[in-house]
Amino acid sequence: MRGSTMVTEGGQTAGRQVAGYTPSEMMTAVAARELRDGEVVFVGIGLPNLACNLARATHAPNLVLIYESGAVGAVPERVPVSIGDPALVTGSLMVCSMADVFQCFLQGGRIEVGFLGGAQIDKYGNINTTVVGSYEKPKVRLPGSGGAAEIAVHAVRTLVISRLDRRAFPEQVDFVTSPGHRYRDGKTRRDLGMPGAGPIKVITDKGILEADEATGELVLTALYPGVTTKDVQDGIGWELRARPALGSVEQPSGEELSLLREKLDPKQLYLK
Amino acid sequence: MTNHKAIGSKVVSMKEAVAAHVHDGDTVVIEGFTHLICFAAGHEIIRQGRRDLTICRLTPDLIYDQMIAAGVARKLVFSWAGNPGAGSLHAFRRAVEGKGPPLEIEEYSHFGMVARMSAGAARLPFWTMRNYMGTDLAKANPLIRTVKCPYTGEMLATVPALNPDVTVIHAQRADAQGNTQIWGLLGVQKEAAFASKRVIVVAEEIVDESVIRSDPNRTLIPGLIVDAVVHEPWGAHPSYSQGYYDRDNDFYVAWEAISRDPAKLEAYLDEFVRGVPDRKAYMAKQPGLAQRLAAKELMSAGVNYGY
Repeated sequence: MRGSTMVTEGGQTAGRQVAGYTPSEMMTAVAARELRDGEVVFVGIGLPNLACNLARATHAPNLVLIYESGAVGAVPERVPVSIGDPALVTGSLMVCSMADVFQCFLQGGRIEVGFLGGAQIDKYGNINTTVVGSYEKPKVRLPGSGGAAEIAVHAVRTLVISRLDRRAFPEQVDFVTSPGHRYRDGKTRRDLGMPGAGPIKVITDKGILEADEATGELVLTALYPGVTTKDVQDGIGWELRARPALGSVEQPSGEELSLLREKLDPKQLYLK
Repeated sequence: MTNHKAIGSKVVSMKEAVAAHVHDGDTVVIEGFTHLICFAAGHEIIRQGRRDLTICRLTPDLIYDQMIAAGVARKLVFSWAGNPGAGSLHAFRRAVEGKGPPLEIEEYSHFGMVARMSAGAARLPFWTMRNYMGTDLAKANPLIRTVKCPYTGEMLATVPALNPDVTVIHAQRADAQGNTQIWGLLGVQKEAAFASKRVIVVAEEIVDESVIRSDPNRTLIPGLIVDAVVHEPWGAHPSYSQGYYDRDNDFYVAWEAISRDPAKLEAYLDEFVRGVPDRKAYMAKQPGLAQRLAAKELMSAGVNYGY
């Protein structure tokens, strides 16, 4: 990978301030800033839902929220606790069947941004939400794909939100539920005929990883305030490469924080 | 001979509908994506002690966790097995993790399950999708295969048709012939019903045919494919019926602790499923529930069907 350097011990910032915001608030604000006004977003429950509604309340009032349950142009008045919350229906632009969601919207190429998370994310952005251990005799049985496999295949681009943890970021996932940039046989998305660009960014609680355009490998591209490259490496199970010039990310603004705390998740269902 | 299901009122009790249409060894679908999941039918299947069922749903949800724990199922066909935002389906997990009675599984993604029911509804052998490349899903389930497009040469994923023996659809309202109107989230109910050999409709309200005819675009399932109609108010609780009652999110959260402990789960089934004769008694055991969850009124603007 030309132009990249290995992340080594000892980052740029030695001291760490106690921040006036939580890692979840930071991840949500960063995810919201990734969305452009007018885009069509396939929304998941939890932080992705908060990020979309934060973007709608700030720089992207015309964002179109589509939920896999069939609500299109949803404007939830309460924090949805499930992807099929009745508040997603009330006041939405359209409610369609799930056949329409997957065939007309997703496979039809109408979804510009998909959000995914997972128990494991690997070096090439493959995501596992199926099993820890072997499929036949799992140590932990996870819920499975839901719509995640097809979102990763079809969304024009996919954003992943996940806290860093060595177990959550192994070099290779135990099971590929949602395809990243390179399957374990080395085949790329282009080789396999996938329409979407896949998980181009992974928004973590310490910094941002992006898929290297040439190799598809996730590399460190930006650090949050007060975080060192070592802090990031400590939460990743492979030798992480980094862009030579790391970007910086602004902390959540007062406006973003007050919207999140007072309007979007006042009961702290997701922003713990 | 007509394909049309019996003429005349199809209204029966839940007990009669399950006795007549759900048999040991059947492939059973109780659909509804978060919305309109018919817990009342699942509970009656448990009470009648059905065995060796193949139960299929996109999201097994709490109802299939209860049915797995009660021992009615031999096999589960699904695409997402969790308790959204609240935790796991622990009876399912115990079975799959080798810590409980065994359960065969057959796993797809949501799109795959929707496609299986679309093929079933159209009486085609399979459905095609651009999907599953670069994943391990086809390795885990050999029924996920590929076909070469005869027009472009592209390799497409395929899933086999699903044609259940019986499908249960919960709805806001239906008439006595089973003409069924649903609003809010529609899930995959239409495809599941058309794919099925027999269909049981369970409705919050039974209305006159004239009500159905006043708004035909709202009819999702025609009576001509329906075998039985059950009038069962609150039959979807703890799931919800848009315009009737909200989802009981507190119960979904409480399920985490109940299902985690096999003794607690068994006690729950004894008290709220086997310990009551029907849904009316189930509701009577929970005073205050109806008031807590009743929907507020928010009527739509009507449309002009005149010409």
